Amino acid sequence: MTETTVVNAAPEQETYKKRGQGKEIWRRFRRSKSAMLGLFILLTLIFLAIFAGVLTPYDPTEPDVPMRLMKPFVDSAHILGTDELGRDIFTRLCYGARISLAVGLIAVSISLVGGITLGSLAGYYGGTLDNVIMRFVDILMAIPSILLNISIVAAMGQGLQNVMIAIGISSMPGYCRIMRASILSLKDQEFIEASKAAGASDFHIIVHHIIPNCLAPLIVQATLRVGGSILACASLSFIGVGIVPPTPEWGAMLSTGRDFLRDAPHLTTIPGITIMLAVLCMNFIGDGLRDALDPKLKN
Amino acid sequence: MSEDKLLEIKDLTVEYRTVDGVVHAVTDLNLSVGRGQTLGLVGETGAGKTTTVKSIMRILPDPPAKIVSGEILFEGEDLLKKPENHMREIRGEKISMIFQDPMTSLNPTIPVIDQIAEAIILHNKITKEESLTRAGDMLELVGIRRERGTDFPHQFSGGMKQRVVIAMALACNPQLLIADEPTTALDVTIQAQVLELMKDIIKTRDTSVIMITHDLGIVAEICDYVAIMYAGEVVEYGTLRQIFENPKHPYTIGLFGCIPDLYAEDTALIPIKGLMPDPVNLPGGCNFHPRCNHACEKCSLERPKMIEIEPGHFVNCHLMAKED
Repeated sequence: MTETTVVNAAPEQETYKKRGQGKEIWRRFRRSKSAMLGLFILLTLIFLAIFAGVLTPYDPTEPDVPMRLMKPFVDSAHILGTDELGRDIFTRLCYGARISLAVGLIAVSISLVGGITLGSLAGYYGGTLDNVIMRFVDILMAIPSILLNISIVAAMGQGLQNVMIAIGISSMPGYCRIMRASILSLKDQEFIEASKAAGASDFHIIVHHIIPNCLAPLIVQATLRVGGSILACASLSFIGVGIVPPTPEWGAMLSTGRDFLRDAPHLTTIPGITIMLAVLCMNFIGDGLRDALDPKLKN
Repeated sequence: MSEDKLLEIKDLTVEYRTVDGVVHAVTDLNLSVGRGQTLGLVGETGAGKTTTVKSIMRILPDPPAKIVSGEILFEGEDLLKKPENHMREIRGEKISMIFQDPMTSLNPTIPVIDQIAEAIILHNKITKEESLTRAGDMLELVGIRRERGTDFPHQFSGGMKQRVVIAMALACNPQLLIADEPTTALDVTIQAQVLELMKDIIKTRDTSVIMITHDLGIVAEICDYVAIMYAGEVVEYGTLRQIFENPKHPYTIGLFGCIPDLYAEDTALIPIKGLMPDPVNLPGGCNFHPRCNHACEKCSLERPKMIEIEPGHFVNCHLMAKED
């Protein structure tokens, strides 16, 4: 009896090492249709951003005034039409994707790292440290984020890098609060105590036990914020403190298109729809990831 | 008492300082565990059993817990004076702990084999692969097939989870294993299996064990020595035989009165009247006197001292002093 089980176990043992967690998560992620749609849109945007130079023959900043304000879908040379200076809108969208996606991802990474660190310290150690950090976070939260963004950019100067930092800082409080709240509820769980009793350091406990258990709300918040950051960057550009004009940025395109709303609505609607798609796909992916990462929802 | 003691607790006093006042969780507690021996720590909920063992590991939440005084000698060294980084090396490697509730003492997001490997990696300089192999060996030791290691805790039953927890605690072959009510959360048949497993492992590995329980049946089954705790104090201590055949403290006698006897004619149990005292507001004198049938005036005024009534059998009661 025991022999047969051992024999059966042998081939299984080979596969069990290979079936990593990543594969398992992917398998569950794939089951959600909306998440796959989101991933598809995101991959398309990334593809457009990477191959912008190959896909279109035009320069995103070079004006071509005779061709200005062409309607979309009439000329195959300019599928999405041209803007007020005759620049191809499709080209500008592709190059703009580089900036918007970078802003979304990098700004979220900045705030994620900052928020997780501060939130972990505050929640895990408590006491004075907790008070100091959370009051600082409260101050950040009390200032409307657009105002905070404007003042940070104004203080540090315009430019892509500063916009990312500004958006990163202003969306940090959310993560910090989520992280702290999760830690407070996790800290007294027995498996944390058990890990401590096994000789783990505080750092090890936070990284291996606490963060994976707070991942679900953090990921949802992060993906929502990627969309939010793209919007924030777009709105900074819209009011003219973000990306400097000739650079193709979705928000900046919206902003300049505003003057031609009546005659050439495609100047605003096309970048607007693109922004909407980008935000939507991130939200879909976030929802899918949250479900895929929860081992309890396995089957 | 023999010289070969692995752990010796001397006059340990632990308090919880809360807004409602100071909780006297453990007061002047003395205990010792020899190498390869199993000590049963018995008492009601709130008697300070868990507080005592958590102070050995130094994992009490501070604040509010505060070790006020005392020494905990492990292999002759005072654990309470060790810096935190030394303590980390001892935890898990030399002293490890099995927690009460297997449902919550496993991390739900990590496959169990990685959780067993955790302690092995923390204390040995080996690769991840080797630690996983050893963790797999531990799983087989506790009777779970190796392939199930990649499963998550929620895919195991309660009894299997407790086996995993035992495997985790034993992963580094500790000298002292603290088991905090390891069977309380399990049903009776699984209790028996887990106890049997623990008994085997303890025997073959020569590990010293502190077994916390409120089940005297478990004590009878696997312990060599027994300490009865009441309101933060050890009221009686002795070998299994001494305590079971010749209980002296009124509380110990009361505990035995609460066990149903299969062969007894009368079916009514004799409960100990009253409740545990509020640890914020201990009655003073002997803490048991308000519930004791034999209490006299002296009991409410003066704290009794440990008296050795026969070699190795200690009782903390004024009644014993009278007999001399």
